[in-house]
Amino acid sequence: MRVIFKNSYDNDINLFEDRVHLLKYAVLLLAALVMPWVISAFYVGELTSVLIWSLAGLGLMLIAGHTGQVSLGHAAFMAIGAFSHLALMLRGWPFVPALIASGVITGLAGALIARPLGRMSGIYLAIATLALSIIIEDVAIVATPITGGIAGLFAPPIEFFGLMIDRYGTPRAFYYLCLTVLIIVTLGYANLLRSPTGRSFLAVRDSEVSARALGVNVPRAKTVSFALSCAITGLAGALYAHQAQAVNYESFLVLISITLLLQVVVGGLGSMHGAFFGAFVVVLLPQTISMARSFINTNTPFNLGAYPGMDTAVFALIILLMIIYEPRGIYGIWIRLRTWLELFPLYRKGMFRRTRTYLKTERMR
Amino acid sequence: MSLLQVEGLSIHFGGVKAVDNISFTVEPGEVFTIVGPNGAGKSTIFNLISRLYEPTAGRIVFDGRDITRLPAHDIAGIGIARTFQNIELFDHSSVLQNLLIGRHSRRRTRWYEDMLFLPKVRRAEREDRRIVEEVIDFLELAAYRDKLIAGLPYGVRKLVEIARALSSEPKLILLDEPASGLSVEETIDMAWWIEDMQKDLGLTVLMVEHDMSLVSRVSTRVLAVAEGKALALGTSAEVQADPRVIEAYLGKQENHE
Ligand SMILES: Nc1ncnc2c1ncn2[C@@H]1O[C@H](COP(=O)(O)OP(=O)(O)OP(=O)(O)O)[C@@H](O)[C@H]1O
Ligand SMILES: [Mg+2]
Repeated sequence: MRVIFKNSYDNDINLFEDRVHLLKYAVLLLAALVMPWVISAFYVGELTSVLIWSLAGLGLMLIAGHTGQVSLGHAAFMAIGAFSHLALMLRGWPFVPALIASGVITGLAGALIARPLGRMSGIYLAIATLALSIIIEDVAIVATPITGGIAGLFAPPIEFFGLMIDRYGTPRAFYYLCLTVLIIVTLGYANLLRSPTGRSFLAVRDSEVSARALGVNVPRAKTVSFALSCAITGLAGALYAHQAQAVNYESFLVLISITLLLQVVVGGLGSMHGAFFGAFVVVLLPQTISMARSFINTNTPFNLGAYPGMDTAVFALIILLMIIYEPRGIYGIWIRLRTWLELFPLYRKGMFRRTRTYLKTERMR
Repeated sequence: MSLLQVEGLSIHFGGVKAVDNISFTVEPGEVFTIVGPNGAGKSTIFNLISRLYEPTAGRIVFDGRDITRLPAHDIAGIGIARTFQNIELFDHSSVLQNLLIGRHSRRRTRWYEDMLFLPKVRRAEREDRRIVEEVIDFLELAAYRDKLIAGLPYGVRKLVEIARALSSEPKLILLDEPASGLSVEETIDMAWWIEDMQKDLGLTVLMVEHDMSLVSRVSTRVLAVAEGKALALGTSAEVQADPRVIEAYLGKQENHE
């Protein structure tokens, strides 16, 4: 086991607590950089999807995992990001300013909506945000000048310092582009979490009443968190538009909102890692299931082709098992695995027995 | 001048007069204790002072300033910190994180500065950490610094909540039943902590407590309340000897039987 000797407050303030920690992430970054050169173009595309969903998941994680406000409407903010980004690009804006503007626009939209939403919580908030997701489908049709109406919008190729980037022509370049955006957002997110703003979000999540007593302006904290969450998700929407090449009112259905929420729950609510783990599951699971399905069809007497809803059912089952056996998600499993490796062979079975945590309603009694 | 003045404070919940025309003052440096039977309105007085509840009538003046209409999130900033009867810590964070959140009312950076982690954010973090470490030293919590709240024993959590309140560098600290649920030894320790806060930190303490041994030991003055009304004010011995107070407690007991 590694023991970290701390000899300055900066050990706790820095993003990486020591060299080993930094090294791990350097290796991860290197792997991410090398990856497109060792896998086929198809999987580069899949991996790009993982990056984009990680970004969208990070957005939702901020509000749901770190501020404790559930949102079933984040597909709406992907839509706002995607449409505003494409609308600007089609009006001649270069990629980078259009991308930044789409983040800002989505963030402002989020801030506007957060005000009335801030007074709601729990099931009411879930329903209100769900409604948002439904409304956006109609808005996407009605707001023709921006969204292209029923036909939607096509994503123009990205011009980047003389380089033409599009997902099929230059999949690696598009992958690196998405990776860059994801890294920048991840760093900003990590910075928030290690500073007063992030701590105030956690405070709102864990006990609103003591947050207030400690000086946190709760409605304001919720608004900032929601706006930032929407901005990040909006960026993901903009990148998604390039990945999908075209978007219309059917691109951001309620199902996307729900999948996004499942992603962060399966990945592990309340940790940034969770958004990434969840993205792998969401993107690669359908792929894995269909591979498993064709394997079973050809090598066994069973024919699963007759069950079209299989993917969704398996996904739902995984989520159910996860919530029952590991509520901390894949991140929880990861932590246990890591500890097991670090302590080998001293790991004891009861080490991660969960201490009973109470729901807020139980505690008030 | 008094540090805290409460004048004719009342709050009604529907027909229940939880606090009914209560007045008292807290002098700088004293330990002022409110006692009373269950449901007397003691915690409600705290919630009124920390502005979590809107008073029906009355005035609250702190440090010469009328705070009756101040928003709840500004209370910590003017120097009033508190603990809760049913510990309200941030369970999924470490002790250190909890105390750092306790510094929130002293924050000097804005969200976009935090997001970029500008040099001034780092400086502020170091300064916050320095003060939090002083509190950790003061309450001898070093062994628990990086532990999650969820796994801590009850007595330690009570202390962490006090530490979180102290991290905001208050002038007045409100302790809602600091000794409830503690063992006899832990209660004696709590008496020491309260005396240290008063003597070493120069803090003014406003406390609600049932344990009369603790109350008599640390309190400068005691206010007895029952059914929202003030019954008696004086030293611990005077209040305990007051016939109205005795009646309030005995009356309550008869009701229970
Ligand atoms: N938010 C509220 N809504 C309605 N009634 C309330 C509310 N808060 C307190 N009360 C009522 O006010 C009265 C006083 O409650 P309070 O919690 O202040 O008592 P207490 O003196 O702190 O008692 P204990 O010693 O049990 O903590 C009780 O009758 C309680 O039911
Ligand atoms: Mg009480």
